[in-house]
Amino acid sequence: MSPLLSVDDLARQYPVAMSGGQRRLLHAVDGVSFTLAAGRTLGIVGESGCGKSTAAKLVLGLLPATRGAIAFEGEPVTATRDRAWRALRRRMQMVHQDPLAALDRRLPVGEQVVEPLTIHGLEAGQDARQQKALALFEAVGLRPDLFQRYPHELSGGQRQRVVLARALVLGPSLLVCDEPISALDVSVAAQVINLLQDLQARFGMAYLFISHDLKVVRQIADEVAVMYLGRIVEQGPPEALFHAPTHPYTEALVSAVPTPLRGTRERIILQSDPPNPVERPGGCAFHPRCPRAIARCREETPALRQVADGRLAACHLVPSMAAPVPVAA
Amino acid sequence: MALPMASSPAHHHDGLLPRMLAPDAHANAAPLLALRDFTVAFRGESGPVPVVRGIDLTLASGEALGIVGESGCGKSVTWLAALRLLGRGAVTSGEVLLSGQDITRLSERELAGIRGGRIGLIFQDPTSSLNPVQRIGTQLGEVLRLHRGLRGKAARTEALRLLDRVGIADAARRLGQYPHEFSGGMNQRVMIALALAGEPDVLVADEPTTALDATIQAQILDLIRDIRRETGMGLVLISHDIGVVADLCDRVAVMYAGRVVETAATQDLLTRPRHPYTRGLLAALPTLDGPRVRLTPIPGTVPSPDAMPPGCAFAPRCPIAIETCGGEIPPLVLAAQDQRAACLRLGETATQPGMPLSTLAASAFAEAGA
Repeated sequence: MSPLLSVDDLARQYPVAMSGGQRRLLHAVDGVSFTLAAGRTLGIVGESGCGKSTAAKLVLGLLPATRGAIAFEGEPVTATRDRAWRALRRRMQMVHQDPLAALDRRLPVGEQVVEPLTIHGLEAGQDARQQKALALFEAVGLRPDLFQRYPHELSGGQRQRVVLARALVLGPSLLVCDEPISALDVSVAAQVINLLQDLQARFGMAYLFISHDLKVVRQIADEVAVMYLGRIVEQGPPEALFHAPTHPYTEALVSAVPTPLRGTRERIILQSDPPNPVERPGGCAFHPRCPRAIARCREETPALRQVADGRLAACHLVPSMAAPVPVAA
Repeated sequence: MALPMASSPAHHHDGLLPRMLAPDAHANAAPLLALRDFTVAFRGESGPVPVVRGIDLTLASGEALGIVGESGCGKSVTWLAALRLLGRGAVTSGEVLLSGQDITRLSERELAGIRGGRIGLIFQDPTSSLNPVQRIGTQLGEVLRLHRGLRGKAARTEALRLLDRVGIADAARRLGQYPHEFSGGMNQRVMIALALAGEPDVLVADEPTTALDATIQAQILDLIRDIRRETGMGLVLISHDIGVVADLCDRVAVMYAGRVVETAATQDLLTRPRHPYTRGLLAALPTLDGPRVRLTPIPGTVPSPDAMPPGCAFAPRCPIAIETCGGEIPPLVLAAQDQRAACLRLGETATQPGMPLSTLAASAFAEAGA
């Protein structure tokens, strides 16, 4: 069965003017491939500038790719904004970090959940659309009396629920979530994480879940890809990745998570900042910060390949699996 | 702590003072920093709105105290108001004692000598605290002149040492640069260097790593830990992230709706929390370790300061609240050795031996969170 979403060698470059007038290319996303099956969750983690949000925009066709191909439900995704793109966009929706920015402050929230139905000409008649929107209100745990409220009258958690209701009202098969709970407080974040899991169980859509927070991604994802400077450096099931990381960057990222009740003895402190993506180091892009880099890491870019337990890693120091096997997420 | 020091008015400059400030008495008597029944209210259209509603906290010399809580709980406002950084819109009452001296009674000029001097400050967003049109060297020089009386070559030597100490390579060149030429992590290092320039007895750090990436956060936490080990500087670390606080702090105070609801040694707070809110917070956190279980959220939301429920502010969200909880504000009482909690139902939250924390916290919230 073909996957719901398949991304092949995706890349996006930006020309950047450097000091001194020269122009350089910033490789925001540089050869990313993955697949996502219907109803599953792929988490993408990484630090600022790793390209995770750019990847999300490319998948949705909000940005044209410089290279590579995206197929969603068997159709190619292009950033053409034509009729075909709009039809696809009905089936792939987005949830952002800041619900207040995503909502129209001058419209009651209920109307904003009805609006996508009107735009796409779904559900004949205002009454039917209203009923559908109210059903979604119920699904995301909002009281019907909040339907007429304005965004500023709701709490952060309630606003994110409205955003979810609006995304789900069109019955998408893919929800791209970019840091959807980062702006929420701990107690409310837990409510929204559980809600995302319940909604997936109920409606069966797939999530592309982008976050800097490893703990949240571990909670929600079936598969996790770790990005560094535009590329996936390791990919596999969350338990494998977070309990026994193989790529030195994943290892440092996991050890950097401050966790109550875990000693700080084993923490790996990476030296310096991530390099400027415009001056991406040659060889393995991580080698200048890597505590285990060898000469080969400066010369040769490691490919993402299957390693011992079936996960993917892009590191010269991780032994390959004996016989390469085709990969499916 | 009912110490004679704390109750004796330290601003009376009488014969007692020299003895009270003797080094040995200093260590045993007055805490380095103490808040006594400290309140903050913001002026509103219909009268002042209380946001910090009576805080008592002490920080011993060299101690690291973490303050955790969700947005609006007053964790930052408390310390900003205590150092008079909130302007005229904030009305405070109570005492802020620095080595026994109530700094709320100091003149603006005297307090300015303490801020950036004995009390160093760093914030979440270093770029908003740094002057964008001044070179880093100029900004460090100003602090060194004001608080240490250093000028010229001595100031430059000290500035170089400080930048080097906070891990900024090529310090001589960096002194001539502006904040926009530094990354977020590097600017936070500059902020720490600025705070250290005043040789503080205590560093108040308000979400110092929240805006930073994970690997950079680890660097900054490591740096603060090292500096504390070297200088014995006290730390007040304000954070929404219990993980960050647990990483650096000996003791934690949990705030909810403008009050401290629980305070204990870090390990005790994490392994046997007694206040239902602390237990709820811990059960709501996803983890990297252990089995992946469904989270147990705290139902409802934090009350707004102008619509505070009567009695215990957490009662409407609390799974074990009873009628009396809505009637009186529970005082912070001893719940176990060195552990205080403000809850009328402490009998219900006593740790049963052998029961793991996850089960405990989750069971307390199982019904309400469903």
